[in-house]
Amino acid sequence: MSRLQEKLSRGEFTVTGEIGPPKGTNIDPVIHEAGEYLKGSVTAVNVTDIQTAVMRASSLVGCVKLKEKGIEPVLQMVCRDRNRLALQSDLLSAAILGIENVLSITGDHVVAGDHKGAMPVYDLDSVGLLQAMAKLESGTDMGLDNKGAPNALDGSPKFFKGCVVTPCAEDVEPQVIKLAKKAEAGAQFVQTQAVYDPKAFEKFINLVKQYKIKIPILVGIVMLKNAGMANYMNNFVPGVQVPKEITKRLKETDKKEVPKVSAQICGQLIRDMKGMCQGAHLMTLGWDRYVPDIVAAAGL
Amino acid sequence: MLLTEAKPVGEVLNLIGADKSVFLLGCGGCPVGAQTGGEEKLAGLKAELEKAGKKVTGSMVVDFLCNKALVGSRFFAPARAAQLREASRVAVVSCGVGVQSAAAILGKPVVPALNTISTNAVQGLWPSEERCGQCGDCMLGMTGGVCPITTCSKSLVNGTCGGTNKGKCEVSPEKDCGWLMIYKRLKALGRTDDLRKMNAPRDHSKSDIPDRLRKSVHWALEYSKAEEPPKQATA
Ligand code: SF4
Ligand code: SF4
Repeated sequence: MSRLQEKLSRGEFTVTGEIGPPKGTNIDPVIHEAGEYLKGSVTAVNVTDIQTAVMRASSLVGCVKLKEKGIEPVLQMVCRDRNRLALQSDLLSAAILGIENVLSITGDHVVAGDHKGAMPVYDLDSVGLLQAMAKLESGTDMGLDNKGAPNALDGSPKFFKGCVVTPCAEDVEPQVIKLAKKAEAGAQFVQTQAVYDPKAFEKFINLVKQYKIKIPILVGIVMLKNAGMANYMNNFVPGVQVPKEITKRLKETDKKEVPKVSAQICGQLIRDMKGMCQGAHLMTLGWDRYVPDIVAAAGL
Repeated sequence: MLLTEAKPVGEVLNLIGADKSVFLLGCGGCPVGAQTGGEEKLAGLKAELEKAGKKVTGSMVVDFLCNKALVGSRFFAPARAAQLREASRVAVVSCGVGVQSAAAILGKPVVPALNTISTNAVQGLWPSEERCGQCGDCMLGMTGGVCPITTCSKSLVNGTCGGTNKGKCEVSPEKDCGWLMIYKRLKALGRTDDLRKMNAPRDHSKSDIPDRLRKSVHWALEYSKAEEPPKQATA
């Protein structure tokens, strides 16, 4: 059982972090930073999978590198780039490499990225990918042999299966309905899209309860690097609204002090929402060195 | 022409579910040519549904169901309108475009009786907002009659992704989010429960044209002599 699963099943408030592999082969700096700043502060670290459809090294290699450093990885998997053959194959590979935490994501469309002419695959959706994981765990794959019987695996994996949700989307009910389907498909934990509004999060949590979804939820916390980023998120990132007070506070802060203030904002958000969820997922977008500050500001 | 094949009657009955009364709507265009629709096929389906204990409140073939104006006008007659009102469901014997236009204007949950399969190119169609991706496994019965394959930029089958923003799709602020459209339609019909149903990953092999059709007049006029009617699938 992964440490992440262990901690969450004990009911402990759990913090995860996130890194992105490089565009190129120079992976050492990001892994070094994770070792310096994330290792002691978080339970597990997500490795993004060709995030926002911008081509880069794989999540799998990032996970292996983290493991070598003694950091527990969470393998992110998007449905955009691989069909069900490749996805299942990579899931087996991950298990062989000792990776247990896997996160199922639909994945941003290729038009968001830097290869706009690429073929968007989406052979499976995020629910189908969770079903695929569960299937592999049960000892067969998604295919059928010539007689129409499921193909038996020679050794089956065991995963801690995660999924994502956008809790502050304008239309939150369809998000929660899909989350319920993900839980039904076998998801065991949730990491959310960025939340800046505890009131909206509370509304979401109430709906989650109404739909009887019982898996642990780690609230998503994204560090704001300046007021401009807050405005950008409001305009272009679906389902993310940064309240005016936060933007104002960043605007009025001396440039040198922004990281400290931003970490305090994150810490305060975690304090405000701690009672409603089971953990927090920190996305620092390269500002890994402030993760210990966030954890301290959250009083964890 | 759009090519269609009959869904097994058992599947149509499954989609109708517990509902007791059904109105049958057929297209007098392409499905007649594909020998999957028209008066005779509608009568056949009517008999099957009645055998299974359903009440068929009425039955009608409309030329070119893909033309919404035409479909709407055919329900002006009070007797027709009453038959429609009485039905909990409308089973539609047409391609995916016809099912969608019926769903868009009739305000009733629809059940597709056919699967639309790929012709790999289409000549002569009536353009309307609704589009059919010819997936070969029609899902309209669970999506409020809005096609997720063509309205969702990722052709997702289990609901919205995280990219939906104020009703628009993440790929463009000009494009409506298909799954939001589905959600809103189902909400208006009081059937949001349909969104909770798990849909299996798509079987892409179903959108391929079967060999027997590839050698028939439905595929190319060159094969007029080799024509062989598609076998009716049974439950
Ligand atoms: S689900 Fe869409 S693409 Fe598939 S047959 Fe129905 S209308 Fe056509
Ligand atoms: S935003 Fe809506 S239409 Fe666009 S890919 Fe996501 S679910 Fe599909």
